[in-house]
Amino acid sequence: MDIFFFLLFALIAVVCAINLIVQKHPISSALSLIGVMGSIAVLYLLLGAEFIAMAQLIVYAGAVMVLFIFVIMLLNAGSEAKGGRSWTAQLFGIPVMVAFFGVIAFFLIREFSNAGFVKFGSFTGGSVEKVGMALFTDYLLPFEVTSVLILIAIIGAVVLARKELD
Amino acid sequence: MVFIIITLIKTALIAFVLLTTLAYLQWVERKVIAHVQVRMGPYRVGPHGLLQPLADVVKLITKEGVLPPHVNKFFYLLAPFLAVFMALISISVIPFGTSVTILGYTTEMQLTDVNVGLLLILAISSMGVYGIALAGWSSNNKYSLLGGLRSSAQMISYELPMSLALAAPLLAAGTLSLRGIVDSQAGFNLGFIPKWSVFQGPFPQIFSFIIFMIAAFAETNRIPFDLPEAENELVAGFHVEYSSMSFAAFFMAEYSNMVTVCSIATLLFLGGWHPLWPEAGGSNFVAPVILFIAGALCIYHGLHPARPLDRYTLPVFGVVFFGLAGLMAFPPTVPILTPLFWFLAKTGFLLFVFIWIRATLPRFRYDQLMSFAWKFLFPVALLNLLVTAFLVALVS
Repeated sequence: MDIFFFLLFALIAVVCAINLIVQKHPISSALSLIGVMGSIAVLYLLLGAEFIAMAQLIVYAGAVMVLFIFVIMLLNAGSEAKGGRSWTAQLFGIPVMVAFFGVIAFFLIREFSNAGFVKFGSFTGGSVEKVGMALFTDYLLPFEVTSVLILIAIIGAVVLARKELD
Repeated sequence: MVFIIITLIKTALIAFVLLTTLAYLQWVERKVIAHVQVRMGPYRVGPHGLLQPLADVVKLITKEGVLPPHVNKFFYLLAPFLAVFMALISISVIPFGTSVTILGYTTEMQLTDVNVGLLLILAISSMGVYGIALAGWSSNNKYSLLGGLRSSAQMISYELPMSLALAAPLLAAGTLSLRGIVDSQAGFNLGFIPKWSVFQGPFPQIFSFIIFMIAAFAETNRIPFDLPEAENELVAGFHVEYSSMSFAAFFMAEYSNMVTVCSIATLLFLGGWHPLWPEAGGSNFVAPVILFIAGALCIYHGLHPARPLDRYTLPVFGVVFFGLAGLMAFPPTVPILTPLFWFLAKTGFLLFVFIWIRATLPRFRYDQLMSFAWKFLFPVALLNLLVTAFLVALVS
């Protein structure tokens, strides 16, 4: 049953991701991205990380993508026109992609060659309590640094918006 | 196998009850507003307009669904579907009573009890805005677009105080499972004050409750925060171009969201299905007595009919009420039906408050709405969470 759901939602995620690039209209692309986020949340759930799955839905599929759609609607962006490909992209596109995947595959094989397959339902450390404990004990410094980073970003956004107003 | 069959039966039952409730909530709303404004409300279809919802459903289904030529077809058709889907799905994790044993098989009165139930509801409600936003955008109409934009901005803003208000009682309960949260509110202080989180120490969650209710009005696009569909500025807002069932879909979504937020408020703040006072004080007899009085009133008015038809209809209702009263007082069904009654009574009261406020308050201006959310509600919610966390940490 788990493997069936894994295959289903992995397929949805990949199809949505391809659709995201193929679609010409920004709203269609944004909705495809929501599909990708949602399917990834289900994959997290299958692996036993229920809190991460819900956070994925609330933060990415909910808040972030609502802002994307809001901005697209506000700018009233229309369909993209299909431009011609530059000669560099035509010449180097496929070789660079093959090389990139080759590098990823090389490092994966070198670093994780002895890792087994994922077993569904074997991981139980994804509850809210355990994530909270990990976040506020072992990973306190990265957590705080990230929150300061977000604060800086917010202040920066406010400063930029004020400059526009004056 | 048994589990699958039971779950299918429960799903069908809950879907049927929920959809009927949504249809009749419309009738209740029209009646309550009519009586507040000293009118009669629906009166012609059936006794006291009781068959009006059925007539409305038939009318909406048989109307022609117009597809305007200038819309973005795919998203125009997708939007009402999304709105209803997101609104109905969150009912699946809401518990509404204790467990039932039928033919030796025990099941809980809830579709599924997940240990991140509340987060799931927050996730679904944060995605519910897509239906409205897409409807507004795909209609290709400036009023719709303004409604959709207002709705997304409003829902993003009010989600923050709502989530913060929900987080405060969780600190006291120590779990995210909705059933677990209700169980933590069982019992009474000093023998008569219920341990609901609005009354319970270390910090009574009365402020969280008020903040949550205010934010819930904005999240469900109800008056005084119904800016996305403000008639006098936007004609009808995001659903100007919709007709027939796709128009009704948005109303179903709105009412379903109302039911969901009222259920959550009941579960988190008002003790779920735990009674208002102890069983020793006779709280088990409230439901039978109310139903008995209703039955007696129906019989009395049936014997002194105001209209010729009342002679036949009202005694039938009277007998039905007597039967329900008997069922509520029947010892084997008391432990099942009494919690259900308390849950429905509290949720129903909150729904009545929603309608009451709609009949009472005028609409906010848009800038007032935004500055209220960011400059007042959000800081207050944050402060409330801080005080609660501090006191919970101090006590434990």
